[in-house]
Amino acid sequence: MASVFTAPPLADNGPGYSFKQTPTTHISADGTRQHSFYPYTDNGGSTLGISGADFTILAGDTRSTSGYNINSRYVPKLFKIGGEGPEHTGSSIVLSVVGFAADGDALKERLDTVVKMYKYQHGKNMSVAACAQRLSHILYNKRFFPYYVHAILGGLDEEGKGALYSYDPVGSYEREQCRAAGAAASLIMPFLDNQVNYKNQYIPASGYGHDLQPRKAELLPRNTVEELVRDAFDSAVERHIEVGDGLQMMIITKDGIEEVYSPLKKD
Amino acid sequence: MDSLVAQYTRPAEQQEGYFDEDQLELSQGSPQLSLKFALPPVANSSAWLRAMTDDYSNPNCPIKIAHGTTTLAFRFKGGIIVATDSRATAGNWIASQTVKKVIEINSCLLGTMAGGAADCQYWLAYLGMQCRLHELRHKRRISVAAASKILANLVYNYKGMGLSMGTMCAGVTPQEGPALYYIDSDGTRLAGNLFCVGSGQTFAYGVLDAEYSYDLSDEDALELGKRSILAATHRDAFSGGFINLYHVKEDGWVKHGFNDTNPIFWKTKLEKGEFSNVTSELV
Repeated sequence: MASVFTAPPLADNGPGYSFKQTPTTHISADGTRQHSFYPYTDNGGSTLGISGADFTILAGDTRSTSGYNINSRYVPKLFKIGGEGPEHTGSSIVLSVVGFAADGDALKERLDTVVKMYKYQHGKNMSVAACAQRLSHILYNKRFFPYYVHAILGGLDEEGKGALYSYDPVGSYEREQCRAAGAAASLIMPFLDNQVNYKNQYIPASGYGHDLQPRKAELLPRNTVEELVRDAFDSAVERHIEVGDGLQMMIITKDGIEEVYSPLKKD
Repeated sequence: MDSLVAQYTRPAEQQEGYFDEDQLELSQGSPQLSLKFALPPVANSSAWLRAMTDDYSNPNCPIKIAHGTTTLAFRFKGGIIVATDSRATAGNWIASQTVKKVIEINSCLLGTMAGGAADCQYWLAYLGMQCRLHELRHKRRISVAAASKILANLVYNYKGMGLSMGTMCAGVTPQEGPALYYIDSDGTRLAGNLFCVGSGQTFAYGVLDAEYSYDLSDEDALELGKRSILAATHRDAFSGGFINLYHVKEDGWVKHGFNDTNPIFWKTKLEKGEFSNVTSELV
């Protein structure tokens, strides 16, 4: 609330960054120096994923911020994993990372290498379930020096159903129907709970008072999910400063990965 | 001259982003559950980690790790009941309402999850691996005592490094019968009949201690487990979501559902007249 009226915090020494993660050296009266080690920057943005009967959709905005500065309007947060060449042909798994972009990039590179090595060594593609567990282990390997990221992994499971896995920064993971991560997670997730899992929705006239029947969740068709994703991001852009510029969507089906880019508001 | 050049030149691959061992690890497919962890380049790594991740001592910490919360297990004449809630919080944010806090190590062994979600998931998976190896080496299933001690010794090795877990191992073996152990990240390992772990433990203990008896029937024991978790989800803000119920019997564990607390709460209130502090008037 108050942040509307406050100026960017000014560093007492060091370079004049507009954000509070300025590297600092405190010099106390007796001349001792204390250096702080802060290797992270929050690059903002938001991601979300929803899985359906035979597809999974991942989406992320493409704005990259650092403090109150917008450094780029096109830095993708979605990465195809395990494909060949610069176009990632043959890939069927998508990783989305939000948080510190450099850590996200490093994580993407690691997972990509692992999935490729698996293919070279075993002569078949890695299943999403295996890839999901491996990603958890990669994150946990840095338990004592974590990646500053919230990762979401999407693909199709061995039965061809949509699969979506979400992670905390040190690798605890869970398969879910939908998940929003990043700066606007707290704006998008309640919307998704209501519109995808039908939380707090009841069947009209199904009973009175405590007998009212809750609406059962069902798998959504692809066009509905695409509309939900757009609506979620359009709304997040209206109310969060770190979200905007462009929306990158990847739709994973049995035919491969379809990538769609569409503009968001740029203010 | 050559020796000088040799001294200051490194093979090309060493200048890439990956270190030697990393490259080896990646190309060999690497041990998937390993004991090698990256450390930050600072003198006091555990203090640094605490500053970055401990939202209790520093509410503005940048990395919020998901935490688990109310879990209980108790021994009775019909075996062991294991029950948990399903909420994970990161600071005040409810990160998930559908966490599986009972981890199925094998068909006769269960672990529960409280504290850091990733710590519990990872180390119980590692324990599962060690238990399977024990089975292959000794041609019989590992005892619960031995399994719990593997875990206790393991976390003791990492004492002070910032691991956070409070876990219970429940299982049945022909040698021991039903056995229950509590292990936490301080290195504590206790055998016992009844444990509650997590921020909602006190509320669960309140109900469990009042109604517990070793001679409970299977149905009554399951009901008591469920009711204790319900009490905890009602009074502890960090607990909630779904009630996950398991019964460990002589021939392995049986799952008794993953049920939403909200309908259970209203059923308990309206049909049994409990929770009379809550009004049921719809205004």
